[in-house]
Amino acid sequence: MQNYIIFSTLLFAIGIAGLFINRKNIIILLMCLEIILLAVNTNFIIFAKAWGDIAGQAIVFFVMTVAAAESAIGLALVVLIFRDKHSISVDQLNQLNG
Amino acid sequence: MNILWYLAVTVVCAPLLGAITVGLLNKKLSRSLAHWITCSLMLVCFGASSSILVGFLIGKFNTVDIDLYVWGNTSNLSIAVGFLLDRLSALMIAIVSFVSLVVHVYSIGYMHDDPGYQRFFCYISLFTFGMLMLVMANNFAQLFFGWEAVGLMSYLLIGFWYKKEAANFASLKAFLINRIGDMGFVLGIAAVLYYFNSLHFKTVFAQISTLVATNPMLAITNTVQWPAISFICICLFIGAMAKSAQIPLHVWLPDSMEGPTPISALIHAATMVTAGIFMVARMSPLYEYSETALTLMLIIGSLTCLFMAILAIVQTDIKRIIAYSTLSQLGYMVVALGASAYAAGIFHLVTHACFKALLFLGAGAAILAVHHDQNIFKMGNLHKYMPITAVTMLIGNLALLGFPGTSGFYSKDLIIASVRNSSLTFSTIAYYIILFTVLITTFYAARLMLVAFRTQERMAEDVREHLHEPRKVIWVPLIILAIPSLFLGMIMITSILNQFFGDAIFVLPAHDTVAMFKTQDFHGWFSMWLHGFVSLPFVCILMGMCLAWLCYEKYPALPGIIQNDAKLMTRILLAKFGFDDFNEKIIMPATRKLGNYCWQIGDVLCIDGIMVNGTANSVGRVAGVLKHAQTGYLYHYIFIIVAGLLALLVWTMFL
Repeated sequence: MQNYIIFSTLLFAIGIAGLFINRKNIIILLMCLEIILLAVNTNFIIFAKAWGDIAGQAIVFFVMTVAAAESAIGLALVVLIFRDKHSISVDQLNQLNG
Repeated sequence: MNILWYLAVTVVCAPLLGAITVGLLNKKLSRSLAHWITCSLMLVCFGASSSILVGFLIGKFNTVDIDLYVWGNTSNLSIAVGFLLDRLSALMIAIVSFVSLVVHVYSIGYMHDDPGYQRFFCYISLFTFGMLMLVMANNFAQLFFGWEAVGLMSYLLIGFWYKKEAANFASLKAFLINRIGDMGFVLGIAAVLYYFNSLHFKTVFAQISTLVATNPMLAITNTVQWPAISFICICLFIGAMAKSAQIPLHVWLPDSMEGPTPISALIHAATMVTAGIFMVARMSPLYEYSETALTLMLIIGSLTCLFMAILAIVQTDIKRIIAYSTLSQLGYMVVALGASAYAAGIFHLVTHACFKALLFLGAGAAILAVHHDQNIFKMGNLHKYMPITAVTMLIGNLALLGFPGTSGFYSKDLIIASVRNSSLTFSTIAYYIILFTVLITTFYAARLMLVAFRTQERMAEDVREHLHEPRKVIWVPLIILAIPSLFLGMIMITSILNQFFGDAIFVLPAHDTVAMFKTQDFHGWFSMWLHGFVSLPFVCILMGMCLAWLCYEKYPALPGIIQNDAKLMTRILLAKFGFDDFNEKIIMPATRKLGNYCWQIGDVLCIDGIMVNGTANSVGRVAGVLKHAQTGYLYHYIFIIVAGLLALLVWTMFL
């Protein structure tokens, strides 16, 4: 049980660190997001098993479908950004700065 | 709702209707239609008002006080539009509509070629409406409405020839000086509301005895306290001082001569300037209990009377001479009010309205004849070319100086006798001042007649060739006005002395100077006439006439010699005692500086700088600092989110 939680926390930390550190590639950004979602899913499963509640496992399926849709939209956006800028570097996406 | 009510509404609505019609249609109306509409409606108005007066005289009508319409309502104050018709207002509406009608007719001739013909008729009808509202008011709010309406029309009409710079200056001057008076007037009305809790004349007058019995004091400063009644009376009188052009608020009236001559006759001689006199007479129940205010009126009135008459001597502009005589005659009226001879004041107001309108219209005829030159030294011997004008002007001047038998004689003699009977502190001095003024009045009136209508012809050759009697529409009004100027006095004097105004004017028995004159000296109008030839004023008249004859007929060089010898005096007189200079050199720059200061500090700095632009600027400045947080990099945002999340976690778990 404890090991599982450490595992999912590690996964989450890896995802967050990827978001912070990565400055080159939007696709890696999306993959980091997926890793974060995986960490969340793992947590759901661990606690569902621990408390014997099936609802946690059911929610995982929802998260997975939503994650699939989200990454589809994210990839579509990446394609559009690439068409516009000929680059998928995160450093160049700073037009919202003040 | 009786017939009197319908007549009253007609009196007010007829000129208003005329003004609205002509004013809105303006150039769409032909010139003749414009004057037909306004003149016939004025005739209706005059008919209604004179039938009201006749109704009061034969005793068919009694005093009515009706509210027509409630204009506004608050918890403790109701402002109504209503009419108070008694013998005082009946006489006033009759004289106002009479002079206004005559001036309407005269204007057809005088304004004949003016491009603003329709506008002119609209204005004078509207003015008549305002004046009628003022005199028929039954509460202070409506009185104030009429007061401001005539002030506004006076402004518009002085500046009627708006392309003339002097006219614009004069109209603004009149407006601003009247604002000073209005400040006093509004304060007075506010004090009335504070002490009497009502603006209705009837309610206010009914409570006066209670107020006098308790005699509340009003703290002006920490140590100075005034009786409330004196405060009210003096504040209201400050309003009257501006409107009736008393020293030191008189400076606007001579300048108002920049307007067309019919206006000078209607507004600045016969009607509007008498509003202050009327107001004080209407407020007689208040003024009777304030000897301070009465004495103040005696002082101000007699000073105006004397000094303005002196100024008339050195003027060369025919209209300005008459304007200064108006000021002086208004001084007589105020002196009469100060001596509690309200009836005499109103009597002089009525006769003065006739003969002063006559003088102005006659002067207008002379000005027209010499092609708009107003200098009397460019006229001369006009009686040869325009006998009707000359004779009517002579009648007007005789009435002005109070020659026995004319209307001015009866009213002025009554004032002089009343002031002699008065027991106020200043009354003896005031008596001698106004007696001496008769001499000066005679002198300048005779000077005007001699220089303009007799002696040598001094006008240019081409002007002389075209000299002739004016059109019928101009000289007929002169004759219509000359008749009351001669006979009104002898007709009215007996009834004025026999309580003509009834309960409209209230006089304490101890102050009743008019009644004293009646019991001591009056034996019918005819013996008063005969007695006029052996009285002191007549001596003054004779002396004045002799002086004028010496100076302008016998030895025409004399005035020049005097002017050269008494340079200082001439300078003082030509500078009009320096009132204008004082205003222009001290008051105006000071006001302008104060205004500039308020503008710079209050407007530009506080309102614009700090409040309006300051708000916008500070928003911009704060945003300028905060915007640096928006780097546009996604990982910065995520870092903030996660850090925030952690902080929140730590906070909830450990604190």
